[in-house]
Amino acid sequence: MGFLIETVIAGLMSGVLYALIALGFVLIFKASGVFNFAQGAMVLFAALAMARLQEHMPWPLAFALAFLIMVMLAWLIERLVLRHLVNQHGVTLLMATLGIAYFLEGLGQMVWGDDIYPINLGLPKQPTLVLDKVIPGGVLISNEDLIAAISAAALVALLTLFFQKSGIGRALRAVADDHQAAQSIGIPLSRMWVIVWAIAGLVALVTGMIWGSKLGVQFSLSLIALKGLPVVILGGLTSVPGAIVGGLIVGLGEKLAEVYLGPALGGGIESWFAYLLALVVLLIRPQGLFGERIIDRV
Amino acid sequence: MAAVLKPAPMPAPDAPTPAPAAEPAPLLQLQGIHLRFGGIKALQDIGFDVRRGEVRAIIGPNGAGKSSLLNVINGVYQPQQGQIIFDGQPLPQMRPGRAARLGIARTFQNLALFSGMSVLDNIMAGRNLHMRRGLLAQMVRLGPALHEEVANRQVVERIIDFLEIQAWRKVPVGRLPYGLQKRVDLGRALAMQPKLLLLDEPMAGMNLEEKEDMSRFILESREEFGATIVLIEHDMGVVMDLSDRVVVLDYGKQIADDTPDAVRNDPEVIRAYLGTATQQE
Repeated sequence: MGFLIETVIAGLMSGVLYALIALGFVLIFKASGVFNFAQGAMVLFAALAMARLQEHMPWPLAFALAFLIMVMLAWLIERLVLRHLVNQHGVTLLMATLGIAYFLEGLGQMVWGDDIYPINLGLPKQPTLVLDKVIPGGVLISNEDLIAAISAAALVALLTLFFQKSGIGRALRAVADDHQAAQSIGIPLSRMWVIVWAIAGLVALVTGMIWGSKLGVQFSLSLIALKGLPVVILGGLTSVPGAIVGGLIVGLGEKLAEVYLGPALGGGIESWFAYLLALVVLLIRPQGLFGERIIDRV
Repeated sequence: MAAVLKPAPMPAPDAPTPAPAAEPAPLLQLQGIHLRFGGIKALQDIGFDVRRGEVRAIIGPNGAGKSSLLNVINGVYQPQQGQIIFDGQPLPQMRPGRAARLGIARTFQNLALFSGMSVLDNIMAGRNLHMRRGLLAQMVRLGPALHEEVANRQVVERIIDFLEIQAWRKVPVGRLPYGLQKRVDLGRALAMQPKLLLLDEPMAGMNLEEKEDMSRFILESREEFGATIVLIEHDMGVVMDLSDRVVVLDYGKQIADDTPDAVRNDPEVIRAYLGTATQQE
């Protein structure tokens, strides 16, 4: 019993991180209609910046500086890439983000180095034993994971409030729906894009920071974005709650599958389970669990 | 239908210096506009003015350059030659954002609504330029930000009542029938409280009843919200009853600029629409 609960908790914790990655995709897709292939590269870039800056200063300062760098990056991306692609097809923009992804991966390693770097947030590493009176053996919870999950939840809550309740959030949703119409009512596209890419940069930074403090910052961090893909398919590309629930389902599902089906199937399930889940969802609900149903006038 | 819709020619309700006898300064003047796309001459030497408070129609057969002309006024296209004077101010380079800030709103021929958002949010988005409060204040909705939101909301509710779409307030516009979506498009433009309202084929694809409703809304927009209106149509019928003066385009050239009655009987216009003058009636 205690072991099952520990597995569930571990699954949910990694689910929170998947949800954060997916959130990066969803934010940019919602606000600019672009599927941002560079999200993984942004996670790597932000984490590298944070890790290297942290060598010279306390981590909150390194975090603030890294965020500033991500804002500047957002501004540059808008200036040099997006501005020239207004009113273009989604595919064109997708290809552009693919280019940004490769460029960022290269630039990140050139500027910050290509070793493995630690991020130390001073979080307590030792786990806490809870419920030891109720269940024999008790349940071990990692304090580090718990704090990470709480900060991720806070970030999500803040972003949801921002998108649903503020005028800028409404303007961002408007831009996502129709560039031309948004321009015609005086919404400045370029400023909106800088804002949304800066927010995606913040999400990337938080993701990279949490992930990096667990496993260290290295190139493979850019590949965790691939785990975000089944999550957005599962949750729906347009839904913030979908990204969160999708992330939790994927995290939980793969841990449970690994532990309980692993011995029967020979293990290694964790690496492909998410994609199988996404495939099944695609067959049954192509718009994802929470996505908007797409109805086209024929 | 025609009799019901006949507008009374009247000065603008918001004209700053109402001079009943003299002609008020035009709100918009176009002079010698030339627009080319590569070798294609989309517009050649277009020049006319729009008086404050009038309903000005631009008509012409398909491909005459009407939408291009609207896009020039709106700043989507930059003409190679010519000048736009808006509200007494010459504008060498118009851009969509600039146009919006100057008080030029538009609707779209092929609906360009924010289809995932509700009717209310769509029209509220039109208030974007009237929102001044900072981001944080908007999120916590305190003090001035709350006042601002309430004030903007009042304007929007008035528009919703005016367009008779109260019942669909919370519905995502993507789910509304076409005629209602056209109204929301008009509502979003009105929410900007524009000086000049550009309507790109507001009646396209509508049945007779919907056209009558839309005609009424257009005329009342002028009276209720004090907007000057420029209207594009390729169907001459309804527009003739709506507008005070009509510009006719054909193959990018301006072939007439007169009152509806005069335009209707202009042999050049009849030829453009029917092929040759001998074929008419």
